[in-house]
Amino acid sequence: MSAATIETRRAPNYRLRRWWREIVALLLGLVIVVWTLAPIYNMVMVAFESHNDIFTSAIWPPDPSAYSFWVVLTGGYWYLEYFWHQYVNSLYIGFWTVFLTLTIGSMVSYSIGRMRIRYGWLLTNAALLTYLVPASFLAIPFYRMMQAYGLGNNVWSVIAVEVTFATPYAIFIFQQYGRSIPLELDEAARIDGASPIQVYFRIYLPLMAPALVAVGTYALLLAWNEYLYQFLLLSDKRSMTVPVALAQFLNSDESPWNYMMATAIVYAVPPVVIYYLFRGRMTAGLTMGGVKG
Amino acid sequence: MASASVLEVSRPTIGRRLRRRRGFRGGLGGSEYAWAIAFCIPYVGVFIAFVVFPVLYGLWLGHEPSLYLELFDDPIYQRTVVNTILYLAIGVNLKMFLALLLSGYFMRKGWWIKGLLMIFVLPWAIPALPAFISIHWMLNTQWGLINNLLWELFGIDGPGWLDNSRWLALGAVIVSYIWKNLPFWTVILLAGRMAIPQELYEAAEVDGATGLRRFLHISFPLLANLYLVCTLLSTIFTLGEFNAVNFVSGGGPALTTHVLATLGIRDAFELARPQLGVAAVLSALPLMIPLVITLMHKLRTSDVEL
Repeated sequence: MSAATIETRRAPNYRLRRWWREIVALLLGLVIVVWTLAPIYNMVMVAFESHNDIFTSAIWPPDPSAYSFWVVLTGGYWYLEYFWHQYVNSLYIGFWTVFLTLTIGSMVSYSIGRMRIRYGWLLTNAALLTYLVPASFLAIPFYRMMQAYGLGNNVWSVIAVEVTFATPYAIFIFQQYGRSIPLELDEAARIDGASPIQVYFRIYLPLMAPALVAVGTYALLLAWNEYLYQFLLLSDKRSMTVPVALAQFLNSDESPWNYMMATAIVYAVPPVVIYYLFRGRMTAGLTMGGVKG
Repeated sequence: MASASVLEVSRPTIGRRLRRRRGFRGGLGGSEYAWAIAFCIPYVGVFIAFVVFPVLYGLWLGHEPSLYLELFDDPIYQRTVVNTILYLAIGVNLKMFLALLLSGYFMRKGWWIKGLLMIFVLPWAIPALPAFISIHWMLNTQWGLINNLLWELFGIDGPGWLDNSRWLALGAVIVSYIWKNLPFWTVILLAGRMAIPQELYEAAEVDGATGLRRFLHISFPLLANLYLVCTLLSTIFTLGEFNAVNFVSGGGPALTTHVLATLGIRDAFELARPQLGVAAVLSALPLMIPLVITLMHKLRTSDVEL
């Protein structure tokens, strides 16, 4: 008996069942959309409310206005005095975290994966171990250490942390991705007289570009997501970052929620944009190496 | 490339071992060896200065047994341990199970599923802090969105989510945590499912296996290892999770919803007793060490390349 006859025998209720399934799937999709967007909707709603409307039971601002965003962008509230300063600090930390993670990660991966340095597996294990140590568990010793070094209130102490916890992931991805690049390329270049550093710059890095993008995005999101270390290490208004300032807002006596939410949205825009730009690469990278959620 | 390496389903390891190639042919010459070492120095430096050193320093800070006696006597600490266990047991497992189901859902075909996935991953892209602050305000008893909705739609006064009850607050924290982390693990498991050869399903369909059976006999056995590794990894990451608790409930009401990660920071910086804080964190070691060893082993040797 062929498969076709089975199909026809089943046909009548099969179609009905498919319709029914499609409807259930759509309903589920609706639930997912509401679940996902609820906190984001709340953020946007409060940001568009005026100060008086926040303390009403409205579920949509009676007269929405973008005034809060204007206040945030011009620093027109005493808590937001250094907003741009703090934003630049966040960007600065993000940039250096990405740059150093890519540099250090690709160098060590090149040495382990391409030059096959002896005892390279030790380094791989060290990276794996770091990957499995929760960052927040090292916060207290790290804080005291940085104070002892006189690096309190210095953004470089934060950059050091972010790089430390982003590099292990970079090493994984680079090693996994590097396996897809034939070693013969390196050998050919070497026979032509290229030094290891030339091979690194001319062959290894250009071919690793997709992995570099994936890891760079990951490192940026990591730095942008991180709060604890930035909070502990940066306490001066001029040296702190946006999340630290936001949390201070939260703990102050009067919390102007509309300004806070507007700040939150302005802060959330760059990673969301970058994430969607490089989403394909990110996902590819993830499935190769895993990420610290 | 991506989908192929997510789970190399029971591929014999011989192939891989054969493919293992030596580095530069003929070994490294003198100057090349120097270069190879030089390329490792930055990472070794970072590792020693910012991993080894803080770990040793932390162990030294928390080495006094009296600290642990003090902790174990403290009712706040006892509650914190219970919270941490609940947070891990419920939060991680519920999240992973939902991720497993949703990854199957997102395998569906149709134009709107792709769009839905784009929306669904949004919590992952949004920075943690804005998201949790927003949830915190949503749960405000008087003016929060949720209680407003309850009032508008059903005319009932919502409970004080974060104000009175430890269990409501802890539940709110766990739900927020799931909200933030669910997309990430769903995407991982989705990639795992995509790596399963379609022929297996076709063959099963010919044999008459559909729906639940298809899942039980094909998807799950092939995903099991990936699922296990993801759960263990997620457990470790969640153990160190600070933001959800700190910003959704803030450890309140009355210090009843702290977890070890947040309690350690509180002890160290609010009570100005760093040794006690370190001890609180170190008391998670009996759970962490077996997890780390299992994962090191799994990630190094198993078929799952996560």
